[in-house]
Amino acid sequence: MDAQHITNKERLAIPRQPMPAQDPEVRNKNFREVNLGYTPELARQEALRCIQCKDPICIQGCPVNIKIDEFIKLVAEGDFLGAARKVKEDNVLPAVCGRVCPQEDQCEKACVIGKKHAPVAIGNLERFVADWEREHGEPDLPAIKAATGKKVAVIGSGPAGLSCANDLIRQGHRVVVFEALHELGGVLMYGVPEFRLPKEIVKTEIEGLKKMGVEFQTDVVVGRSVTIDELIEEEGFDAVFIGVGAGLPWFMGIPGENLVGVLAANEFLTRVNLMKAYDFPAGSDTPVFDCRGKNVAVFGGGNTAMDAVRTAKRLGAEHAYIVYRRSEAEMPARVEEIHHAKEEGIEFLLLMNPLEFLGNDRHWLTGVKCIKMELGEPDESGRRRPVPVEGSEFILPLDMAVISIGNGSNPLIKQTTPDIEVSKRDTIIVDINTMATSKENVYAGGDIVTGGATVILAMGAGRTAAKAIHDKLMGTAVNHNEW
Amino acid sequence: MLAFAPRQKKVPDSINPYETDEPMYRIVSSIFLAENIKKLEIEAPRIAKKRKAGQFIMLRVTSHGERVPLTIAGSDPEKGTITLIVQGMGKSTRELNALEAGNSIADVVGPLGTPSHIENFGTAVSIGGGVGTAIAYPTAVALKEAGNHVITINGARSKELVILEKEMNEVSDEAYITTDDGSYGFHGFVTQKLQELIDSGRKIDYVLAIGPIPMMKAIAEVTRPYGIKTVVSLNPIMVDGTGMCGGCRVTVKDEIKFACVDGPEFDAHEVDFTNLADRNRIYLSEEKESAEGTSHRCHLHMDK
Repeated sequence: MDAQHITNKERLAIPRQPMPAQDPEVRNKNFREVNLGYTPELARQEALRCIQCKDPICIQGCPVNIKIDEFIKLVAEGDFLGAARKVKEDNVLPAVCGRVCPQEDQCEKACVIGKKHAPVAIGNLERFVADWEREHGEPDLPAIKAATGKKVAVIGSGPAGLSCANDLIRQGHRVVVFEALHELGGVLMYGVPEFRLPKEIVKTEIEGLKKMGVEFQTDVVVGRSVTIDELIEEEGFDAVFIGVGAGLPWFMGIPGENLVGVLAANEFLTRVNLMKAYDFPAGSDTPVFDCRGKNVAVFGGGNTAMDAVRTAKRLGAEHAYIVYRRSEAEMPARVEEIHHAKEEGIEFLLLMNPLEFLGNDRHWLTGVKCIKMELGEPDESGRRRPVPVEGSEFILPLDMAVISIGNGSNPLIKQTTPDIEVSKRDTIIVDINTMATSKENVYAGGDIVTGGATVILAMGAGRTAAKAIHDKLMGTAVNHNEW
Repeated sequence: MLAFAPRQKKVPDSINPYETDEPMYRIVSSIFLAENIKKLEIEAPRIAKKRKAGQFIMLRVTSHGERVPLTIAGSDPEKGTITLIVQGMGKSTRELNALEAGNSIADVVGPLGTPSHIENFGTAVSIGGGVGTAIAYPTAVALKEAGNHVITINGARSKELVILEKEMNEVSDEAYITTDDGSYGFHGFVTQKLQELIDSGRKIDYVLAIGPIPMMKAIAEVTRPYGIKTVVSLNPIMVDGTGMCGGCRVTVKDEIKFACVDGPEFDAHEVDFTNLADRNRIYLSEEKESAEGTSHRCHLHMDK
């Protein structure tokens, strides 16, 4: 079938093309990427399923408003490079978003076909075109406008910072990105595992920004190494964007949480992802808890919990459990991650609440005391509140426990820049139309504003801030068509 | 010394601070103070300008290295250098101590942690055990500058391991050295010397103790009955050092605190030292494996 002569009936007759993946019993012992990506044939076939709506509401489902209908049309026509460039007009990290976005809650949720059939696999197609461009394309740099003489500091090189930097550099501003860690990419490097997002892909996408002229400085903790006031007053930055993420792990506050063998997911994942502890001691000096033959439980139901438990399994855990106090329906993780985790042999202990960690005389973790839960009335989040079942306590033997119940805000910026207004939860308060903070010429976006959320929402916030910063610096009205 | 090839890279005369995201931090000087204890001066202009007593940096020696927290012993803002005093303990610190002036290391980030709380307490005793003396030194300087009568007690196992004697003498109104074997100064532990001072009826308003965990714990017990304000600088395991990993959490007054952002200095009478010592043992066998290079694990098939 070719893209020009196909009826909608024929389009709808094509089934959604499944994503090829490594065999679960093979991949749960290695750190290579789980999904293998569409072939060109699969991609064109999937793209033909798009009926090219006159009013493509999928675009409204995308926080950065990728021109989804247009790029999919180009895929169907076989112009993969053209499709990649179309995506890049709105999304600086398509190879990343194609892999980690919760499409089922965004673009694919809005897809009209999805009402009766499976929605078009927009995420899989986005990933395909980005990978195709990286592997086959000539580096195609977008046009950069004439230098404005304005200088903007971007704090944090995660998704929010990178998308903000991308939009600002195209407008001709000088952009310097400050990163606290030794690697660029923020949560994409330290948080999301190699098997879900290969680090070389993140590096390639950042390389593209460097080629466009974005300057990066690692090892700078803004708030400690230099303050926001110093960036503005001494280093001459005209505006500052804060995209430092939600970096402070929450603990559960139950007895025994400080036993040896109880870790935050951030620590476990940072050791493995950023510090490459899976390669200890041959290729990395950073160790991680030796999971081989052990019982490991991860507490939580989000994407980070899935990442942590699947990492433990790959490190050789005999039993790798998810312990979650609600049911699967309430889990915030992407459907694909839950599905992949189950395939890989992760054991889900749902409707279980931990009460206390238990240790031996050396204060090493030996187990966790849990209680069974049942779902009661909906709570303020709209999810049914879990209620303990009396007398249902039991002990789960454990060697390592990973806490993955979310992150708060790092207090550093608040402490060192008191004129930036923060909420009770220490998130930065902004005007959501401009992402402007209470401090003149300082903007913020991403998890530091929303609390722990998604890569794509952070990128959307970075774009919104970039528009407002440009407008403010140039003293012009925002012309949305230019972006 | 370990077989170890330091990364070499020409550092241009004028450095554009935004020029590269792969900064290299050049070692300006590197001298042994005692066996296995080295004093290193490293170029890190932003940190040199900002650091205060009690703060630390994280460094990585090589591109595959660990992030190692080290307290800043001093700085020269004009020269843009910081001073570290490092005891070769594990793989990374031994690699670091093998480097000479002119070599560079991969990363230095900081200054991290909350600075020491400094005021004129009256009579302040600064106690350093082993290489802890180097960490106590900048705070002793700051206490002196704030107008305190500064007494320093610095302990070592034996005379050869005594460090910073001259510097401590300069900053102290009274300076004592103790050695475990009696080969120099007071024969005994720093706790005994402190007890002696208290017993002699000296009014002591503030004690800072930095050293091995058993030493800090013992000092806390010496001062507790007298209600003397006592501060210790803790050294839990850290990964990022900026508050992100939660690995450095310590139990202080039955609450979880992060040493990297809430500390590293805490009230000695509120710290759960047993928990700290337990938690610091988690990677003992891995550290040994790493330092000795004995392992042949490689079970993960990262055949990329």
